[in-house]
Amino acid sequence: MLLGKTVKELKEMIDKKEVTAEEVFSFFHERIEKYNKTLNAYLTVQQKGTNTAPGVLSGIPLAIKDNFCTTGVRTTASSKVLDDFIPQYESTVTGHLKDAGYELLGKTNMDAWAHGSSTETSDYGATKNPWDITRSPGGSSGGTAAAVSAYLAPAGLGSETAGSIRQPASWSGVVGLKPTYGRVSRYGVIAMGSSLDCPGPITLSVEDAATIFQTIAGNDPFDATSSPLPTEDYVKGMKEKKTYTIGIAEEYFEGLDDDVKKALDTSIKIFEKLGFKTKKVSLLSPQYSISVYTIIQRAEVSSNLARYDGIRYGNPRTHFGSEAKRRSMLGTYTLSYGYYDAFYKKAQKVRTLIINDFKRAFKEVDFIIGTPSPITAIKLGDFEKYPFFGELMDKFNEPGAMAGIPGINVPVGLDRNGLPIGMQLMANYFRETDLLNAAYQFEQETNFMGVIKKGVTNLK
Amino acid sequence: MKDYKPVIGLEIHVELKTKSKMFCQCSADYFGAKPNMHVCPVCMGMPGALPVPNKTAILWMQTIGRALGCTLPKHSKFDRKHYSYPDLPKGYQISQYDEPFAVKGKVLLKNPYLKGGEKEFHITRVHMEEDTAKLIHQGKDSLVDFNRSSVPLVEIVTEPDFTDADDVKAFLEELQVIVRYLGVSDADMEKGSMRLEPNISVRKPGEVGLPKYKVEVKNINSFRFVKAAIEFEVKRQIEILEKGELPKQETRGYDDVHGGTYSQRSKEEAQDYRYFPEPDIPPFEFSEKYISDVENSLPELPSTLLTRFVKEYGVKEIDAYILTRDKKTADYFESIVLNDKIKKAGQAVANVIINKKIATSLPAEKFIEEFLKLGKPVETDTALLDTAVTTVLGANEKAVTEYKSGKQSVIMFLVGQVMKQMKGKADASVVRKTLEEKMK
Repeated sequence: MLLGKTVKELKEMIDKKEVTAEEVFSFFHERIEKYNKTLNAYLTVQQKGTNTAPGVLSGIPLAIKDNFCTTGVRTTASSKVLDDFIPQYESTVTGHLKDAGYELLGKTNMDAWAHGSSTETSDYGATKNPWDITRSPGGSSGGTAAAVSAYLAPAGLGSETAGSIRQPASWSGVVGLKPTYGRVSRYGVIAMGSSLDCPGPITLSVEDAATIFQTIAGNDPFDATSSPLPTEDYVKGMKEKKTYTIGIAEEYFEGLDDDVKKALDTSIKIFEKLGFKTKKVSLLSPQYSISVYTIIQRAEVSSNLARYDGIRYGNPRTHFGSEAKRRSMLGTYTLSYGYYDAFYKKAQKVRTLIINDFKRAFKEVDFIIGTPSPITAIKLGDFEKYPFFGELMDKFNEPGAMAGIPGINVPVGLDRNGLPIGMQLMANYFRETDLLNAAYQFEQETNFMGVIKKGVTNLK
Repeated sequence: MKDYKPVIGLEIHVELKTKSKMFCQCSADYFGAKPNMHVCPVCMGMPGALPVPNKTAILWMQTIGRALGCTLPKHSKFDRKHYSYPDLPKGYQISQYDEPFAVKGKVLLKNPYLKGGEKEFHITRVHMEEDTAKLIHQGKDSLVDFNRSSVPLVEIVTEPDFTDADDVKAFLEELQVIVRYLGVSDADMEKGSMRLEPNISVRKPGEVGLPKYKVEVKNINSFRFVKAAIEFEVKRQIEILEKGELPKQETRGYDDVHGGTYSQRSKEEAQDYRYFPEPDIPPFEFSEKYISDVENSLPELPSTLLTRFVKEYGVKEIDAYILTRDKKTADYFESIVLNDKIKKAGQAVANVIINKKIATSLPAEKFIEEFLKLGKPVETDTALLDTAVTTVLGANEKAVTEYKSGKQSVIMFLVGQVMKQMKGKADASVVRKTLEEKMK
């Protein structure tokens, strides 16, 4: 009865008293008990719901990535360094969810410190892709993406530095929204790349993404980088019938897997059918972003991990995994005296060029179409074959992340191996309403080619 | 020895007395508080916590900058300064690197006690940062008290303009007075709300430019010690230079018990702070109006007041200097001399205040009343005076003889004796005249 229901549908059932909040919680809790051993999507599971606050999410249990501080609930960022860390405070974002009445189902697995794109750098073992458990769900928000995909949660929270929501959403066949940098507070989210980090929803429907985004977005006096601009009514705005101009940049179609390419071509045709215009635009090659992103992110990582010095939080620095150590080393090097100008400063200059490049393009078009990932889910273990795997996998997400613009992933079909393919739209700053609007129209038209329904039911 | 020339620059830290800390809402008033009572996720550097800058602290810091004649750039930012120490919970201190809130100032020292009159010293920069936590060592344990962590701290850096320990002391005293005038810090050395670090080197005879090394001295907690430390260092360094060697570039501590400095950290161990712009705090763009508002909010500074007191009220420079050492006294003085009843008797009022003849804690009206009484000649009871003079002359025959044999200064002793008899109720000049007549 409950299987596959969206947040919206569950909420309606609870409101109509067709089901109680307790029953909803138990339903998901039982599924977690049954399937989490196989998937390893959750690191910490809550035994029962305790939130009685009335709101748009009351009675709705959600999966939360393990880098959001939750008062009294262990938060590890999937690193053994924080194995025993129980936060004394709540992240602003989960605080908003609490105020809206949500129930915490559990904390989900991720790449340790969000360093990766496969959830395999987790100190607690890799998460499996519900579509094929020999494969990765993507990452770093792989735990949340797998949980939603396998319906071990109706929706959840992830966070992005560059691709960590969109790419696992793509590989796991669900919806993932990466908002504008500063639209959603970072307070209480364990920092990776501070100038890039951005929380966002992972859901089964565009409307659920809009509802959760609506709940978590807004200015936060505890985050100096959060935007003072007022939020919009995203759910309402999303449903106004509008047509847009979609920008097609060749640079975002290079090196794609054939099936991914085909699915994108089909998606463009569907948008055209919906009355959207398409226009060719030229953008800086995402190639340039790889090194720029790597330098800036590593520098910030080396700084942000400095607080885990072994004096507090129980475990010493020897508990850092090899990826975190590598990133700290590289970041420390690029910030060293005499190297700062050659690396970090230069990278920031190129970052400005990337920002200007997008601003120019968005004068001509509403969206840039592409994919969060050039390929579909890879086999577990394969990531080790690629140095800088994450950076290469996320090259289509890095330019947008560097600029701080929003993007959304929606499922657009399956490849030859039956694995989900994701399409992404990127928009100008604070144009989330438009992004959701286009994604919603696409969903109404195609029902995501049936991808989501299949993902929910195929797990044995 | 004479041709050696000390080259001294200063780094001064001043802790602001804002209500809350630099980047969180915890109370910044940690003095005497129980350890770890004024703490939160932000000032403890908890995972995910973010800094939000304190506007008042920045404004106050800029006020200090302007008071030291600095330019306030329209654009500024915070940077992270990395080093690993248990008192630094984030592993970095939020500070300012290449774009501080205030740059390029100068301070005119008008101090009548200073050798060689007025002197000008240049300020390189004034920047904003956060204080560290405090380590408490108890037996084998080292404990951390985070109450002080992230309290607003202002760093003032001077050019290496100083050549003399007395000038340094005079400058620091002036700086303390200025900061207290602004009301932004107690600038109390004992409580640690003002901390001094001189950078000392010595230029060899004939050497041009800055010496190839410098020695930073830490742990100095009084103006007297800063002078002692500089004098000790200059002597130590000259001795090394005399031997044809170069003193080591290093950080030394001051030992107030033995009066010398000792090596703490050498250049080989010098740290690379890996500065980079703080991504958690957007850069600042200040409007022209904001900057001119900061400027207009400045109170009259001690050196300006000193000049004005001399010019407008005819006060001797040395007295004007004393009066302007704290704003309360200066303001009080001015409120008195501007009163119509006083008729600008500036120097007389200054004398009374400086010699504490009338307490400045009195309300101005009361002070003026007392002051006017002081000015009036005392009525002398001549009958009483005659008796007193006769008694004193009779009791001090030796003095009278000395006076008569030409030792005229003895008269003051006799005046004193008579005044004592009269219980002070006599005009000293009348007493003197009477005595002189009687001894003719």
